[in-house]
Amino acid sequence: MGGLSNQLLVVTILCYVLAMMAYAIEYAFGARSVIARAAVREPALVGAAVGGPTVLPESHLPAEPSAAPERSGGHKAGVVAVILTILGYAAHVGALVTRGVAADRAPWGNMYEFVMMATAVGMTAWLVVLAKWANLRHLGLFVTLVASLLLAVAGMTLYVPVGPLVPALHSYWLVIHVGAASTASGIFLVGFVTAAMHLIRSGYDAGKTRFPYSLGERLPLAATLERVTFRVHAFAFPIWTFGVIAGAIWAEAAWGRYWNWDPKEIWSFIAWVVYACYLHARSTPSVSRRLTSWIAVVGWVTMLVNLFGVNLVANGLHSYAGV
Amino acid sequence: MRWLYHTTVAVSRRAWRQLTSMRTALVLLFLLAVAAIPGSVLPQRNVSPEKVRDYLATHKQWGPTLDRLSFFDVYGSPWFSAIYLLLFVSLVGCLVPRFRSHIVALVKVPPKAPKRFDRLPAHAELAGSGDAADAERIRALLRKRRFRTTVRQDGDVYEVSAEKGHLKETGNLVFHFALLSLIIGVAYGSWFGWHGNRLLVQGDDFAFCNTLLNFDEHALGAQVGENDLPRFCLRLDKFNATYLDNGQPVTYKADINVTQHGKQSEKLLQVNDPLRLDGANVSLLGHGYAPVLEYTDKYGKTSTNVAPFLPRDGMLTSQGVATFPDVNINPETHTRDEKAQIGFSGIYLPTVPSDPSVNSSAFPAEKDPRLMLQAYQGVLGFDAGAPLSVYTLDDRQIAAGRLKTFGEPMMLKPGQTGTLPDGTTVRFAGTQQWVTISIRHDPGQPIVLGGAIALLAGLLGSLSGKRRRIFFRISPTGIEAGGLPRSDYPGFAEEFDGIVRDAAPAASVPKQVPQTEHVEEVV
Repeated sequence: MGGLSNQLLVVTILCYVLAMMAYAIEYAFGARSVIARAAVREPALVGAAVGGPTVLPESHLPAEPSAAPERSGGHKAGVVAVILTILGYAAHVGALVTRGVAADRAPWGNMYEFVMMATAVGMTAWLVVLAKWANLRHLGLFVTLVASLLLAVAGMTLYVPVGPLVPALHSYWLVIHVGAASTASGIFLVGFVTAAMHLIRSGYDAGKTRFPYSLGERLPLAATLERVTFRVHAFAFPIWTFGVIAGAIWAEAAWGRYWNWDPKEIWSFIAWVVYACYLHARSTPSVSRRLTSWIAVVGWVTMLVNLFGVNLVANGLHSYAGV
Repeated sequence: MRWLYHTTVAVSRRAWRQLTSMRTALVLLFLLAVAAIPGSVLPQRNVSPEKVRDYLATHKQWGPTLDRLSFFDVYGSPWFSAIYLLLFVSLVGCLVPRFRSHIVALVKVPPKAPKRFDRLPAHAELAGSGDAADAERIRALLRKRRFRTTVRQDGDVYEVSAEKGHLKETGNLVFHFALLSLIIGVAYGSWFGWHGNRLLVQGDDFAFCNTLLNFDEHALGAQVGENDLPRFCLRLDKFNATYLDNGQPVTYKADINVTQHGKQSEKLLQVNDPLRLDGANVSLLGHGYAPVLEYTDKYGKTSTNVAPFLPRDGMLTSQGVATFPDVNINPETHTRDEKAQIGFSGIYLPTVPSDPSVNSSAFPAEKDPRLMLQAYQGVLGFDAGAPLSVYTLDDRQIAAGRLKTFGEPMMLKPGQTGTLPDGTTVRFAGTQQWVTISIRHDPGQPIVLGGAIALLAGLLGSLSGKRRRIFFRISPTGIEAGGLPRSDYPGFAEEFDGIVRDAAPAASVPKQVPQTEHVEEVV
C-alpha cells in the first residue's frame, strides 16, 4: 500500500506538471493573447481608475474576454489542463488515502504527509474556486506550479517510509488539530496565489510593464482577483483559528500547558495576527487593496516559515513533526 | 494655566482618537507579529533556561545586551507587553462605543425609507398598485425571511422598512470581547497558577510529595503561597516503553501510585493522558535510566547510589555522574579523609553497538547494556556551597587538581564489579527507570477555553453575517423597492431579486434589473 501511495504521488506530480504546461499553452495562445487583449485593455483601465471601494459584484462584472465563444487551440489547451488537474487531483487523493491505509492512521503524522495533505486541500480549494469563477482558469498555471513544487520538495527531501507515530502523537487530537491546520494551509495557499495575481494585475493596470507585472495582461480583472482573495481568506481564517485552539487543547493534555511559546506556536500566532491584520485592513476603506494583498502575501510567507523554517531549523516541542 | 488645560485636553483627545483608530490598530497588530519573532529565534528563559545560559556563555559580546533588553523573555518583556496592552486599550476604546451603538441598533426599529429609491444600490419598480393589505403582505414576506420590519403610513402611502444581518456586528463584538476574556484568563492563570518539574526515579525510596522543596524547578504565581499547594504524593512503580525495530518509540506507560486525601490509588500515566488530580495535573514529559552503583570502600563499607543519567540521543545513550562523598570514613575514629571522596562520571548504553568504537547506544531498550565509568578521587566540592549540577562533576575541582582521575576507564555489564587502584570496588547492580513529570495548576484555563470558543463563534458570525436593508414604498400609483447592502455581500443582488419577485402582485415583473453597488462597512 505504501508503495502504491508513492507511485500515485509520482503520477500526481506528473499530471500537475502536464496541466501546468497546458495552462501555459492556453496562457500563451489562448483567448486573451495578442488580439484579444488589445480589445480588453481599455475597459480594464477604466475599471481600475474607478476602482477603490466601489466594486461591482461578480455577476455584474464586465464580461471577461474569455467569455466570448472561442474554440481555438488555446481554449482546448485550457480544457485539457483542467482535465489533467482533475486527474492529478484524483491521484493525489489516492496517494493520501493509500498512505493512510498503509499506516493505519490519519495521513498527516509527519512533514512529508503534512505537505501532501495541505497541497491536496489547496487543490480542492482551487477546484472549488474554478467551479465558481470559471474565468479564473488562467491562475491554474500558478496553482499547479506551486503545488507541484511543494510536492516535489516533499517527495525528494522530506520523504519518510510509512510508519506508526511516536507516542506524543497518539491522540485523536492529531486528526483534529493537524487536519485543521493543513486544511487552512491549503486554502491559504490558494489565497496567496490570488493575492499575488491581484498584485501583478493591479500593478499592470497602473502602467507597470516590467516583469512580473507584464504577466498581468492576461490575468483576470483585478477586482475579481481581489474579491476571490478575500473570500478565500475569510474562509480559511476561522479554520486556522480552530486549528490553533485545538492545538492549545491538545497541548494542555500532552504537555500540561495550553500555550508554551514553542517556535511552531509562535509562528502560528504570527500567521494568525498577520491574517487578522489582513481581514481588518480589508474592511477598512482607507487602506488600499494593493496593501491588503501585500499583507496576504506576508501571511503566506509566515505560513512557509512555520512549515519549513520551524520544522527544519528550530528545535522545539513540535520537533517530532520534523522530517 | 487655562491654555495649558485646554492644550492638554486637546492633545489627549487627539491621542485617544489616534490610538483607537483602525490605522493604529493595524500598525499595532503588525508590530505584535514582528515582536513575537525573536522569541522563536532566541532561547527563552521560561521554556529552556539552560539554553539561555549556554547562549550567554557562547555569545559574550551580544548576550548581555540582548538580556538587558529582555530578549530571552520576549513574551514578558516591557516592549511586548506595551504593544499588546496598547492594542487592547485601542480595542476597548473602539469596542465600547460600538457596543453601545449596536445595542441601540438592536432595539431600534428599522429606519425610515429614503426619499429616492433609485439612488440606492438596488432598486426595482413593480407594476400595479398597492394598499394597506399589500403592505402587510410584503411585511409578512420579509418577516418570513427573518428581517426585522416596520410599516409606516403617510396618507395612503405605506412604507415597509426591513433590516437583517445584525449577526455580523454581534459576532464582531463577541469576537473582540472574547479576545479580552482570553487575556483576563491568561492573567488570572499566571497570578493564581503554579507549576513545577520533577524527575521521579522508580521505587519507594524516591516517592515525591508535592511541596516546593521537592521540585527540581518550580514557579509560583504572584498570588500563590508555598502552603497553597495541594497535598499529594506520587511514586513511580513501573515504567514501560515499547519501540519499533528502528528504535522509534511506540508507547510510554508509567504506573504511578498516587496518595491524596489519605487514599492510595494506582494510576496509569501516559503521554497525552495526564493524571488529573484534585488541584493539579501531572504530565509525563520524558524518561531515562538511572544506573545503580554500589561502592565498597577501603574499610569494607558499601554505599549505594542511584544516579539518574540524562539521555543525549534518541537511542537513550545516557550521561551522568554517581558521587560518593561520605566514603572512606575510618570506622574507629570517624574521621573523614576529605581527599578520598569518590565520584564516577559515566556513559550508559542500553544496547551496546556491534562496532565497539561507536560510543553511543544502538537501541533505546536494555538489550545488552554497558556502563562506561571513569572514577575520580579527591574533593568533590559539595561543601563549597556553590550550586552544582547533579549530572556532571565539578569542573573547577578537576581543573584545580583537587579531583583527579583514578585508575583506567572501565566497562561494566549489570552485576559486574570493577576494582579501583586502591583496591576498593564498584559494582554495577543494574538500572532503575525514571520519568520527568510536570505538575501544573492553571485556574485560568476554563476562562481561556470559554473565551476561545466564544472567539471562534464570534468570528464565524462576523465573517458570515451580512447586514442589509430593504425598503418598499406602496402607493396607489405603484410599488417601489430599494435595497441597501451594508457590508460586503456578493449575493445581495440575487436575494433582492428573489424578494422583489415574491413581493410582486401576481403576473407582474420588475421593470428594472436591480443594480447593486458594493458598500464597505468599517469594522
